[in-house]
Amino acid sequence: MSDNVFMAGYGGQGILLIGNLLACAAILENKNATYFPAYGPEKRGGAATCTVIVSEEEIGSPVIGRPASALLFNQLAIDKYFERIAKGGLCVYNSSLVDQVPRDRSDVEMIRIPANDLAAEAGNARLVNMIMLGAYAGRTGVVSLESLKSGLDSILPERNKRFIPANMQALDRGAAFAVNA
Amino acid sequence: MKKRLFVKGNEAVAMGAIEAGCRYYFGYPITPQNDIPEYMSREMPRVGGCFIQAESEVAAINMVLGAGAAGGRVMTSSSGPGISLKAEGISFMAGSEVPAVIVNIQRPGPGLGGIDVSQADYFQAVKGAGHGGYHLVVLAPHSVQELYDLTMLAFDLADRYRMPALVLGDAMLGQMKEALMPHPYQAPEDLPRKDWAVTGKHGRAKGNAVKSLYLGDGELEAHNWHLHAKYARLRENEVRYEATGLDDAELILTAFGGGARIVKTAIAMARREGLKVGLIRPVTVYPFPAEIYRKATERTPKVLCVELNNGQMVEDVRLSSAPGADVRFYGRPGGTGSLPNPEEIFEQICKHYKD
Amino acid sequence: MASNVQTVFQRPSALKEVPTHYCAGCHHGTVHRLVAEAIDQLGAQQQTIGIGSVGCSVLLYDYFDIDVVEAPHGRAPAVATGVKHVHPDSVVFTYQGDGDLAAIGTAEIIHAANRGELITVIFLNNTTYGMTGGQMAPTTLPGQVTTTSPYGRDVTTEGHPIRMAELLAMLGGTGFSARVAVDTPKRAIEAGRTILKAFEMQKKKQGFAFVEVLGACPTNWGMSAIDANARVEKEMMDFFPLGVYKDVTADGESNVFKTV
Repeated sequence: MSDNVFMAGYGGQGILLIGNLLACAAILENKNATYFPAYGPEKRGGAATCTVIVSEEEIGSPVIGRPASALLFNQLAIDKYFERIAKGGLCVYNSSLVDQVPRDRSDVEMIRIPANDLAAEAGNARLVNMIMLGAYAGRTGVVSLESLKSGLDSILPERNKRFIPANMQALDRGAAFAVNA
Repeated sequence: MKKRLFVKGNEAVAMGAIEAGCRYYFGYPITPQNDIPEYMSREMPRVGGCFIQAESEVAAINMVLGAGAAGGRVMTSSSGPGISLKAEGISFMAGSEVPAVIVNIQRPGPGLGGIDVSQADYFQAVKGAGHGGYHLVVLAPHSVQELYDLTMLAFDLADRYRMPALVLGDAMLGQMKEALMPHPYQAPEDLPRKDWAVTGKHGRAKGNAVKSLYLGDGELEAHNWHLHAKYARLRENEVRYEATGLDDAELILTAFGGGARIVKTAIAMARREGLKVGLIRPVTVYPFPAEIYRKATERTPKVLCVELNNGQMVEDVRLSSAPGADVRFYGRPGGTGSLPNPEEIFEQICKHYKD
Repeated sequence: MASNVQTVFQRPSALKEVPTHYCAGCHHGTVHRLVAEAIDQLGAQQQTIGIGSVGCSVLLYDYFDIDVVEAPHGRAPAVATGVKHVHPDSVVFTYQGDGDLAAIGTAEIIHAANRGELITVIFLNNTTYGMTGGQMAPTTLPGQVTTTSPYGRDVTTEGHPIRMAELLAMLGGTGFSARVAVDTPKRAIEAGRTILKAFEMQKKKQGFAFVEVLGACPTNWGMSAIDANARVEKEMMDFFPLGVYKDVTADGESNVFKTV
């Protein structure tokens, strides 16, 4: 299965980390994948975006104008990027930080997920990114949750490896939410 | 089968270099290539190599000159502004025939410009950044795998032709991650011995002098004809390119490096719509694959050259194409918000396909 | 008869038997000889790699019978750094003039010293750009007339001469820094000992070693060879005092300059 997904939110929400994780999981499944971050001079607090493409074929462009899927983490991101989602696409958005979806789009499947609230329930506010990624993977099946979990070890920096079990639970929680949504 | 790794482009450069036996790295920090010196600073001590963060790009390239003149496999990396500073040393290395690998992970310019994706330095790489009229071998990878493979090749070509080789990457390739299949480096058996290198005489009858100054009557001209002949051998033997879909093409797209990645997706979109679009992607931009352009444009005169700049390689495409070829250009120079996406290139294909 | 003949003076093995291109009264020839003698005394001719610079001494490979790399203007310490790391057991020296080392190459010399590169730097200070025709150098003395300071160097607008031996002595990586002259036989002998010391320190891995030699440039100073030689002591030594400014191997006072 192939997909291209665009992710956007604040720097610090772990967006680049889950972009990495998704591409890494796809490669673990012997698919092709590219991860391309947008980056700026600032290290913290700016906007963070990245594009991940997963495919069985050779991948050309690592960037895409109209992504098939989008993971949008806050109001700013949905305001800016919602219109770009391709017809027939999927929008997973963090309703904890999105008050208003710009407009109704019948051509886009919406997954509204209160990721901050679910992360808080899970006991760690920083797991928002894993909740979102779990929801996306659970709904699309572009990679398996197992592959994402195996990818954690190579993607997380050494100092955060103690959080691997919590990250795994957050992936499951996000997936369960999306499947039941 | 070895495991496929998930690797950042910049790191693939460093991995390829170390695998190819590079044991000396001298550099200076500049975005967007800092992963290379960071990797080298971590890994060089582990393989018994030498990493020095120089006081400037100027110093770094001259350390490269020294290590290369001493016979070592040596590399430096930078981005456009740093390559400008290195141009002096690169000219000296071309003149004194010192092999080394120089990596440019391009960013947009001129001046400080920006730090995003761009191919602003084609002229700088291919036409000679420095003084005196020389050429470098210039390789233009378009994937993380090629960053690894072509960095290895760059060392071999540098040694074979006794000249600096430049790997022309860009911020997209450097910052993106994708699968890399590492493989052991195998040195070509016929690489020439470095009996010209400075090592200390160690009993040799004559001292070796690695130099570019020729003051004797006719000496410099002879030296330049010697360099010229070397460049002719490169054009004869080392041209590399990828060409697809030329047999039935009504329109030929051409692009190099990261730009070619975007173009490939746009071509796939066009082919799905039934448009007959081919691709020529130079892998060596010096020596430039002139012959394939001539042949292809004899059959298909219409060419659209796409670059992440305002039109640089297109000049070489025009020079190489058959008389009467219709070579067009589309490009954007880079900077925040200036990276074209495949849909944008697809629109250009549709436009140029029709008229 | 022949058995009673003893060789007491000869061309050092590290110097080639070629006519010099240097002007009459120029001190480069003397300093070349002292460097070659030091290489001979260390028995290092087969292991030595010289780094030429841009200036009158650019033709280093024409005079020294050793391996040589020609560096871009000012960059010899960086080139030497690269060479030395490839051949750590070799003896690497740079030979630079004042424009090369103290103007365009300021960054390279300071950082090579500061890193403690195990190289020897021979610096010929003759207060002018010799090869390009006598322009103002960073070491040109206050009031000195050159082709680009025709009214005499005005320190309020053109800055002050730089004392490199003192400056480099302040850096942590420097093991040895001294200033010598070759205007008298006695000083030339002391200079030779100092240069030898700077090479020995490299062999013993005792840090970056630097020797500044005050030199005469009769042609560009517009003087006879004899007057130029005399100027070294009369005008230069006041501003550029001879001495050892740093020697990490000395226990207490250095004995190098007892006779100066």
